[in-house]
Amino acid sequence: MNEQLALLAGRLLAHLELTLVALLVGTGVSVPLGVLISRTRRLAQPVLAVAGVIQTVPSLALLAFMVPALAAIGAPSIGTLPALIGLVLYSVFPVLQNTVVGLSSVDPALIEAAEGVGMTPGQRLRRVELPLAMPVIVAGIRTATVWTVGTATLSTPIGAESLGNYIFSGLQTRNTTDVLVGCVAAAALALVLDGTVRALEIGLRRRRRGLVAAAIGALALLYAIAAVGFARGALGGGARRIAVGSKTFTEQYILGRVLAGKIERDTGLPTEAVESLGSMVAFDALRTGQIDVYVDYSGTLWVAVMKRSDAPADRAEVLRGVKEHLLEEHGIVVAAALGFENTYALAMRREHAERLGARTLSDLVPAARSMSIGADYEFFQRAEWKTVEQRYGIAFAKQRSMDPSLMYEAVRAGEVDVISAFSTDGRIVSFDLRVLEDDRRAIPPYDAVVLASARLAREHPEAIEALRGLEGKIDAERMRELNVAVDEQGKSPAEVAEALLRGL
Amino acid sequence: MIELDKLTKRYAGTIAVDGVSLRVEEGELLVLLGGSGSGKTTTLKMVNRLIEPTSGAIRIGGKDITGEPPHALRRRIGYVFQRLGLFPHLTVAENIGVTPSLLGWDAARIRARVDALLELCELDPAAVRDRRPEELSGGQQQRVGVARALAAEPRVMLLDEPFGALDPLTRDRLQQSFLAIRRRLGLTAIFVTHDLVEALLLGDRIAVMQGGRLAQVGTPRELMTAPADEYVAQLVGTPKRQAAVIDSLLREGERRP
Repeated sequence: MNEQLALLAGRLLAHLELTLVALLVGTGVSVPLGVLISRTRRLAQPVLAVAGVIQTVPSLALLAFMVPALAAIGAPSIGTLPALIGLVLYSVFPVLQNTVVGLSSVDPALIEAAEGVGMTPGQRLRRVELPLAMPVIVAGIRTATVWTVGTATLSTPIGAESLGNYIFSGLQTRNTTDVLVGCVAAAALALVLDGTVRALEIGLRRRRRGLVAAAIGALALLYAIAAVGFARGALGGGARRIAVGSKTFTEQYILGRVLAGKIERDTGLPTEAVESLGSMVAFDALRTGQIDVYVDYSGTLWVAVMKRSDAPADRAEVLRGVKEHLLEEHGIVVAAALGFENTYALAMRREHAERLGARTLSDLVPAARSMSIGADYEFFQRAEWKTVEQRYGIAFAKQRSMDPSLMYEAVRAGEVDVISAFSTDGRIVSFDLRVLEDDRRAIPPYDAVVLASARLAREHPEAIEALRGLEGKIDAERMRELNVAVDEQGKSPAEVAEALLRGL
Repeated sequence: MIELDKLTKRYAGTIAVDGVSLRVEEGELLVLLGGSGSGKTTTLKMVNRLIEPTSGAIRIGGKDITGEPPHALRRRIGYVFQRLGLFPHLTVAENIGVTPSLLGWDAARIRARVDALLELCELDPAAVRDRRPEELSGGQQQRVGVARALAAEPRVMLLDEPFGALDPLTRDRLQQSFLAIRRRLGLTAIFVTHDLVEALLLGDRIAVMQGGRLAQVGTPRELMTAPADEYVAQLVGTPKRQAAVIDSLLREGERRP
C-alpha cells in the first residue's frame, strides 16, 4: 500500500501532464477550426459531423487504435504520443461545437456595429465576436476537461503512465484499494480542473475581471507544475533506464518485477516499469525498441507473430522455432525460458466434470452443445480456438467474452460451465477446477520466455547475461503460488518478486 | 458634402431603393423621413457601405466612396445605430474610444477625447467612464452611442433612428443636446427617422421617401406649406391637425374664468 502511494505523486503528475497538454493542443486546434467553419457555412456541417463521429468511438478503442496507426507511419507507437493524439481527438468535439454555437449566437446588431465603427473582419473577430462567444467556448473547454481527465486513465494499456495504472493493475490483481486510489485521485483531479475552468467561465459571463485573472492564474500554475514534471522527465531521460514491460495480468506484473530486480541486482543498471500493456502492444513495443525486455509465451509468438496454424506437440521444437524466428526477423533475443508453461486450458468445476465423466476435451464434446463457455476478450478470435473447434468438432450453446479476472468467479458461481483458464492461475486450485486434457493437441505449448530487444543485447550484454540466470528457475507450481500470493493473499507483485529473487 | 447619384438597391425580386439622387451640403443636416419599408435605412447604410448599392454612386467631398476599403471609410464617418450597438463586454470609455483605438491613437489622447465627449453629451465622465453599458439608463446609453460616433472627429455623421426607442421627455432632451452639438461641430449629417415632428425639429432639409423613391425634398417650411403630392400632404397633415386641437384646447382654457 505504502509502496503504491509513493507512486501517487508521479502518476498524478503524469496524468495532469497528459490532460493539460491534450487540452491545450485540442483547444488550439478546435477554436481556430471553429472560427474557420463559422466563416464558411458549407464546411460547418461536414466538419462537425466528422468530429461527432470521432466522439462516438469508444474512448478505449480510439486510444488503442493510435498504436497500429502510429506504427504504420513509423512514429513512436506506444507511450505518451499515441495517448496524447487520442485524447486530443477526443477533446475536439465539445470545444469545436461550442465555438461554432458561441460565434453564431452573437447579436447581429453588434456585428453590424463592429463594422460600422470601422473594424476589419479580423478586428471584428478578435475584439467583438470571440470575446462575446468566449463564455460559451470556455463551457465547451470545461466539458472537454472532465472527459479528458476520465479518458486519460485509459492511456495505461498503450504504455503512458497515468492514474489508470492503479485501476488496471488493481483490477487484475484484485486490489480494491489500488482501484479506489486511482478512481478517487482521478475524480479529485477532475473536480479541481473543472472548478478552475468553471471559475473562468463564470468570470467571463459576469464580466468579473478579478475572477477571470484568478482562474487564469490557477491554470497557469497547473501548467507550470506539469511543465516542471515534463522537463524533469526529459532531463532525467539522460541516463536511459531499461524499460521492463508487462501485460495486463497478475503473472505479468510479478514477472516484470522479477526481470527488473534481476537486472538491477546483477548489473546495477536502473530500470523502469511500463505496465499494463495490451498483448500485441507489448510485442510491437519491444520490436520497435520502446521497451527493452518483457515475458511472452512461445505459443502466442508461434501463432500471433509467426502466423503458424499447425501445432507441433513438442515444447522444445516450438521454443527452438520461436527463438530462431525472432532473432532472424526482428533481432530479438530470447534470453531465457523461465521453466513453466502458461497455456490456455479449458477448465470447469471438478464436481461438474465428474458428473459428466469428463477428463479430456474429447469427453466434453457431446455435452458441450447445451453448455456455455466464458473466455477472455481475445480467446474466441485466436487461432488456437479455431483449431480446437476444428479438431474436436466442439460447439458450445453460448460463448461469452469477459475480463479474465472475472471468468474464474463466473465458472465457480455456475454463470458459465467452462472457461479458457490460464494454466498457472492460482484459482484453478483454490476454486477446485478441473483442467480438461487437450488429448488431440490442438493448443500449442506456451513456454514463458524472456524477450530482450536488439538494442539491449547490443548496449548491455551484461543485462542479457543476468536474464539468462533465470533459465528454468520458475516451474508451474511455483508460478501458481506466486499468483496466489498476489491474488488471494493481498501481497504486492513487488513483494512477491523480491522474495523469489532472494531465494534464487 | 455628400452626393447620392441615381442610387439603387435591388434584392431578389424587390427594389428597396430606386434611383435616389440627393445632395447634402457641407454643414447641413438632411433628414430621411419615411415609414417602414420606404428605403430610408437602406439608403443610409449605403453611405458607409454597410450595404453595397446595386447601381449608382456616392461621393463624399467629391470623391467616390468605393475608392478606399470599407473599414477606412467607416472610421471617417460617425454612425449612430438604431439598436444602440454598444459592446456589452467593453466599458463606456472603451466603447467610445473604439474607433480612435482602431486608428492607432495613443492612450492619453483617447482618454482625453472620451472625457471631453462625455461632457459634450452631458454625462459625468467620473461616474460613467468605467461602467458597463447595461448599467446605464436608455437615455444615457444613447448619449454614449452619439459620443462613440463622434469619437474620431468625423466630418460626416449618419444617424439611424437614434432616439426612436426613448420616452418622449428623454427624446426631447437628447434632441436638444444633439442640435447643440451639431451646431458647435458644424457636422454634415444624414438623420433617418419616421417621426415627422423630429424631422421638423432637427432637419435643415427633409427628404421624404416612399416605396424606395424620393417623394419630396425641401425645407420644413416648404414641406408644410407646399406638399408635393397626396402622401406628403397626408404626412404633414397629421401634426397640423394635432397642433390645431392643442391650440383650440388652450384657447378654450383662456375663455374660462
